[in-house]
Amino acid sequence: MKARVHVMLKNGVLDPQGAAVLHALGTLGFEGVNGVRQGKVIELDLSETSRDKAEASVTDMCEKLLANTVIESYRVEIL
Amino acid sequence: MRAGVIVFPGSNCDRDLAVAFRQAGADVSMIWHKDVSLPDNLDVIGIPGGFSFGDYLRCGAIAARSPICSAVVEHAKRGGYVIGICNGFQVLCETGLLPGTLMRNSGIKFVCKTVGLRVQSTQGAFMQTYETGQEILMPVAHHDGNYTAEDDLISRLDGEGRVAFRYLKNPNGSADDIAGVLSANKRVLGLMPHPERAVDGAHGGTDGTAIFAGLASVLENA
Repeated sequence: MKARVHVMLKNGVLDPQGAAVLHALGTLGFEGVNGVRQGKVIELDLSETSRDKAEASVTDMCEKLLANTVIESYRVEIL
Repeated sequence: MRAGVIVFPGSNCDRDLAVAFRQAGADVSMIWHKDVSLPDNLDVIGIPGGFSFGDYLRCGAIAARSPICSAVVEHAKRGGYVIGICNGFQVLCETGLLPGTLMRNSGIKFVCKTVGLRVQSTQGAFMQTYETGQEILMPVAHHDGNYTAEDDLISRLDGEGRVAFRYLKNPNGSADDIAGVLSANKRVLGLMPHPERAVDGAHGGTDGTAIFAGLASVLENA
């Protein structure tokens, strides 16, 4: 079973990298981009076969390592 | 004083930190990150600057989960002294020994220069040799020094004397100009500036010496 974790900065946390990408897009002539937020996607290949157990296990991984919950939120997707 | 310096793959200030400890009279052991226990009777553990594990995932995140870090956390919970400098500060935040986290500098760029700092707290062995409000100089060299924590936490840290240093001119966007933070018992210090690069006249300044000398004097009189 595969899982995909999306890690994003929480709303309200300034994202300097997103702001730099927004600025660079403007430099390239792309208009109408009102905001850019940059995050991470982490794909996991799991031997677990139960969806529920996989989701619980990946959530635990997010809390302990994959996300820093001081500034980041995460979303687990079981594929 | 018995000091241990943790060495991760990618640490690059470990030997400088050992020199600073030795200058304050310490016996220093270098400790590899895969070790699961610390040498006996260590008074202080130093987590050095550098780019542990290539800053993969987040700065300090992988190092904070390495085998030796469990022993470092236990040492701190027993009331042992720990100092984390630059990447070491990032590691301490990732272990939870210090609150908050260090984000990418607000200007995106790596910042490498000597900065002015104001001493905010003189509580605890690391800080006692300074004077409150004293202005000092130390080098910074980091890409992720933008200290962030919940708003109520930042005001609480100040009230508890846990903001160790503030930048005179903020180089990285850190909340409330915070450059260094202390634990509740004042025995764990994390800071982005490099005191170990300011302990010899040839460094261009010696304002970092007080941190190591202050600790040494407390331990000798214990």
